[in-house]
Amino acid sequence: MFEDFILILDSTVRLSTPLLLACLAGLYSERSGVVDIGLEGKMLGAAFGAGAVAYITANAWLGLLAGIGVSVALGLLHGFASISNRGNQIVSGVAINFLAAGLTALLGQTWFRQGGRTPALPEGGRFTDVTWPMAEQLRDVPVIGPIYAELLSGHNILVYAAFLAVPLTWWVLFRTRFGLRLRAVGENPAAVDTAGISVTWLRYRAVIACGILCGFAGAYLSIAQGAGFGVNMTAGKGFIALAALIFAKWRPASAMLTCLLFGFLDAVAIRMQGQELPGVGEIPVQFFQALPYILTVILLAGFIGKAIPPKAAGIPYLKERS
Amino acid sequence: MSETPAIELRKINKRFGPVHANKDIDLVVKKGSIHGIIGENGAGKSTLMSILYGFYHADDGDILIDGKKETIPDSKAAIAMGIGMVHQHFMLVDNFSVLENVVLGAEDSQLLAGGLFRARSELKRLEEEYELRVDPDTLIEDLPVGLQQRVEILKALYRSAEILILDEPTGVLTPAEADHLFKILEVLRNEGKTVLLITHKLREIMAITDTVSVMRRGEMVATVETKDTSMEQLAELMVGRSVLLRVDKKPAEPKAPVMEVSNLTVTDSRGVQVVKDVSFSVRAGEIVGIAGVSGNGQSELLETLSGIRRATTGTLKIHGETIDLSTSTLDAADMRGKSMGHVPEDRHRMGLINSFTEYENSILGYHRDPAYSKGLLMDLATIKKNAVAEIEKYDIRPPNPMLKTANFSGGNQQKIVLAREIERDPEVLLVGQPTRGVDIGAIEFIHRRLVELRDAEKGILLVSVELDEIRALSDRVLVMFDGRIVGERGANAEEGDLGLLMAGVDNSPSVQGGMQ
Repeated sequence: MFEDFILILDSTVRLSTPLLLACLAGLYSERSGVVDIGLEGKMLGAAFGAGAVAYITANAWLGLLAGIGVSVALGLLHGFASISNRGNQIVSGVAINFLAAGLTALLGQTWFRQGGRTPALPEGGRFTDVTWPMAEQLRDVPVIGPIYAELLSGHNILVYAAFLAVPLTWWVLFRTRFGLRLRAVGENPAAVDTAGISVTWLRYRAVIACGILCGFAGAYLSIAQGAGFGVNMTAGKGFIALAALIFAKWRPASAMLTCLLFGFLDAVAIRMQGQELPGVGEIPVQFFQALPYILTVILLAGFIGKAIPPKAAGIPYLKERS
Repeated sequence: MSETPAIELRKINKRFGPVHANKDIDLVVKKGSIHGIIGENGAGKSTLMSILYGFYHADDGDILIDGKKETIPDSKAAIAMGIGMVHQHFMLVDNFSVLENVVLGAEDSQLLAGGLFRARSELKRLEEEYELRVDPDTLIEDLPVGLQQRVEILKALYRSAEILILDEPTGVLTPAEADHLFKILEVLRNEGKTVLLITHKLREIMAITDTVSVMRRGEMVATVETKDTSMEQLAELMVGRSVLLRVDKKPAEPKAPVMEVSNLTVTDSRGVQVVKDVSFSVRAGEIVGIAGVSGNGQSELLETLSGIRRATTGTLKIHGETIDLSTSTLDAADMRGKSMGHVPEDRHRMGLINSFTEYENSILGYHRDPAYSKGLLMDLATIKKNAVAEIEKYDIRPPNPMLKTANFSGGNQQKIVLAREIERDPEVLLVGQPTRGVDIGAIEFIHRRLVELRDAEKGILLVSVELDEIRALSDRVLVMFDGRIVGERGANAEEGDLGLLMAGVDNSPSVQGGMQ
């Protein structure tokens, strides 16, 4: 029973990682006042970029860089449309989602001819699991053993990166000049502008930070958790990350907890597949798969208190002409 | 002149498309003085100050700061030259602490801790030097506006501003807060700072400035020593002709009540009671003024009476019937049907649709009136004919009913709203801030029109945060504070007395003695 539980938690961590990376990505963007519904598209683009480059070069690190490159490029496109040209941020984000969905499938098919997938990764093209020292020896120690060997040890490096990004993001947001300005520009860009700081440049930096983290998230899917890119492999994770962001009220630590919760539900769903519950019978797996969404709707509808977004989120900044 | 002036402007020009906002502006501001710049809305004051603060760029002309010719490409450059600005709408981040707001943009280094530490001790020093007390750890949203403004001043001083520009600083303040601000400005001047005060209120200019410059339609028409001038002279310079600062009217001859409000309580969306057990009446042939600092329930009162907002309790007697406001489902159109006109406080948000034409706006809210339709279609010919008649009667310029209202000046927009409501001949007219952002010429016209309506034996409920306006127009004044009516005064109420009531202080014998 305890072992089962540890296994579920272990897959919770794996399943939460892409959500967490994307959620933190959205946090940078939205805290600066740029609503980013294109997390999904950026992740997908990054997953494809990472999968393709890791296959060709047989180097996971180059794959990661490529993923980040694609995602940042899409982020800059979003910035160009919504920051420089003051376009509607939702429309621009949706466009990026369509663009990424179509382009990855098309390029995948053209280049690799495997129905849009990238071929299975060669040796070195994938981030492999890192085993912590003494993990095998400690495995049989009661309680601590499984926690150390299963839960803490044995994940790939991107998982650790995702969870380290949480305190790092908090620190950037609340302890650095960049963070102060980032939060300010999402609340009242005019205050930032009159303080002699460029609103445009600040928001671009936020969008780039968002792109980098989405790049990690996408690369995680195709070259760490998976062994290649599959058509539409993000399957709505970008949108769940966005819901988690609202849920977490745009705070890093809450974002982690929310993503862990969603990951946990996902892990339970997989675990319950085909299993009978005493007295209830077999619960359709779709029920568990739908749970995160149901939970999001219910909780957002009023159980988490009012989620107040950054005041200037979604509004392009225009110098007032008085 | 022996001393180098703090600011010297030479032949500054600025155009926005066809609008020539600043024409050949020359200005000399002495170091260590309080220099007022006065003019009507749209005279170009704010544009000029925005050029000084690097928000806009002058098309041509020279700016000299401390005798040195400078170009000011952005606000950062202006700050570096020692220019600070307190904007009309505060440039503060509401959910930041005072300290964080002060530090924003002047953080010293990549890490915050050092900058915050220095700011904390520096704030303490400024607090002692200028008597600018405010708790550095309070969030801005928890501070009253007077203190928020203080934070803006502190922000400028923290950046070692030598020149401080204040844009309409008293618009949001109570008279007491304004007096306090003036004291601070005097301290700043005595410490050698230069203060530029932009306002359209003559009283402030007379009370606080050393020198005053008058702008009119983009031009600098005069610069005079304040002690050598008078309100009347300044007003004349602003408008270009002499104006009546007082409204000519004979004493009211009120008849029977046309509107009676009893025990009205209104709760807003946050669950806070904003209007608390308010009762009063308005009689035919009188103007009842509601004075108060904005945000004390007057807006909600007006919105409830006009059918836009729901009440928790209260009844309204109007047009021969009694309405229970707590259960009533009457909306704004129904209330208009009860012969109640409404000139809303914010003409842009509620009074007009600025992307519509003048004639469309001239029937807004009355568009269901059968007089304006032919079967299923609107009777555009009649509507336009009416619009043209109103344009003529209210001297609305430009006299073109096909123009979008966005292209009219504030005064003319207000006249469009006023004409629409008054010409439907209501028994009761609710008027909110009738002259906000309106030039002096139009103010005069609007005031005269309201008095005429009163003399035609209609009842008028006037809500205004401009004390001068309340005093000039009202036959009775009710003062609202914190959602309650805290006092009633007659037509000749004293300014100081009303000011105290507006701040929630009442030591008049009428309350203590129970007299009414």
